[in-house]
Amino acid sequence: MVQTGETRRELALDCCLLAGRLMAEGGAETYRVEDTMERMAASQLMPKSHCSVAPTGIMFSPSDELPTRFVRIRSRRTDLKQVALVNAVSRKLVAGSFSLQEAYEELMAIESTHTAFSFRLQIFAAAIGSGCFLLLFGGAWPDVPYAILIGGIGFIVTDRIERLTRIRFFAEFVAAVIIGTLAYTVIFLGFGEELDGIIIGSVMPLVPGLLITNAVRDMMAGHFVSGLSKGAEAFLTAFAIGAGIALVLSF
Amino acid sequence: MHWAIETLVAFIGGVSFSVLFNTPTRTLISCGLVGTSGYMVHSMYVGFGGDPVQATFFGAFVIAIAAHLLARSYRMPMIIFSVSGIIMLVPGSRAFNAMLNVVENDYLSALSYAGEALMISGAIAMGLVFAEVFMQLIFNLLRTRKSKKQASL
Repeated sequence: MVQTGETRRELALDCCLLAGRLMAEGGAETYRVEDTMERMAASQLMPKSHCSVAPTGIMFSPSDELPTRFVRIRSRRTDLKQVALVNAVSRKLVAGSFSLQEAYEELMAIESTHTAFSFRLQIFAAAIGSGCFLLLFGGAWPDVPYAILIGGIGFIVTDRIERLTRIRFFAEFVAAVIIGTLAYTVIFLGFGEELDGIIIGSVMPLVPGLLITNAVRDMMAGHFVSGLSKGAEAFLTAFAIGAGIALVLSF
Repeated sequence: MHWAIETLVAFIGGVSFSVLFNTPTRTLISCGLVGTSGYMVHSMYVGFGGDPVQATFFGAFVIAIAAHLLARSYRMPMIIFSVSGIIMLVPGSRAFNAMLNVVENDYLSALSYAGEALMISGAIAMGLVFAEVFMQLIFNLLRTRKSKKQASL
């Protein structure tokens, strides 16, 4: 298929922007998104591209003649599989084993057929993770089943409320309140041993681990805008969890 | 806790957090191993009477090195392997104690817990960055040697 230069360049531009957006949405580091987009652009004969990635949008200027484009990043979640898949596509495109058309279709497929672990498995993982963290933080063995149960419930509550209200901080706050109340009830009824162990373990699946890691790495790499805003997001999440637990404890 | 049980618990914890972060299925075991190695370094250092801040630094350093090596062998972004390990070192209990003391109006102990939590977070950051610089130096060294060999041939 022979394409005219203009449409081919448009497609290359779309391809770069889509790859960048998918990576940023999945939770990749800022420098990796920029690096991937510039490499892809260079492989498509746009060697002097510039791009600036922030957690809320990507600006991309392919060359001096072509117009600069901007895409908005609306949702951010932790989805490392998406990052890995897009990274693999960009490697293949740069190495030449994918044509531009193939790469674009592959990226579209990644966006539409998004495969995550099933929700049940995620709840199970959150529950088991809570139990493990209780032990790692030096909790007592008899508390493990309560941490597993409460951690699972906290994860379900976060997910449900986030779907309902679309405000993540509120969902985390409510989940923290429920976790605190349940843990307090367990202790009050005389089943568990340590209140703080159960709460710390159950809250761990809500902790923004990826955001904290990314914020630090972005800051160190000199991406101060991304680093500070990711840090602010992580801080807000931590604050929501802390406020929820504090609300329960203060009664 | 017995070290064998601790290793097992750290491994299961690492794998379950990788599931939450939706890492690719074939990297789950390696993610768990990275987390285990970092946590074991941390707990051994503390076990021999070391400072928790230094222990966290070494733990994060080991995690980042392991993640870099795995990222090269799998040809995937390094962040996939590092995150589930790093989350084990997050100072959860200190942050919780700080908050508990704030609620109880004991601001002095709250400040000391918060300071400790801050120091540990800083240690995680330093560990990650030091490992990155270290790996870059080593890879640059290897690359220059390779190119020198090729030039001499």
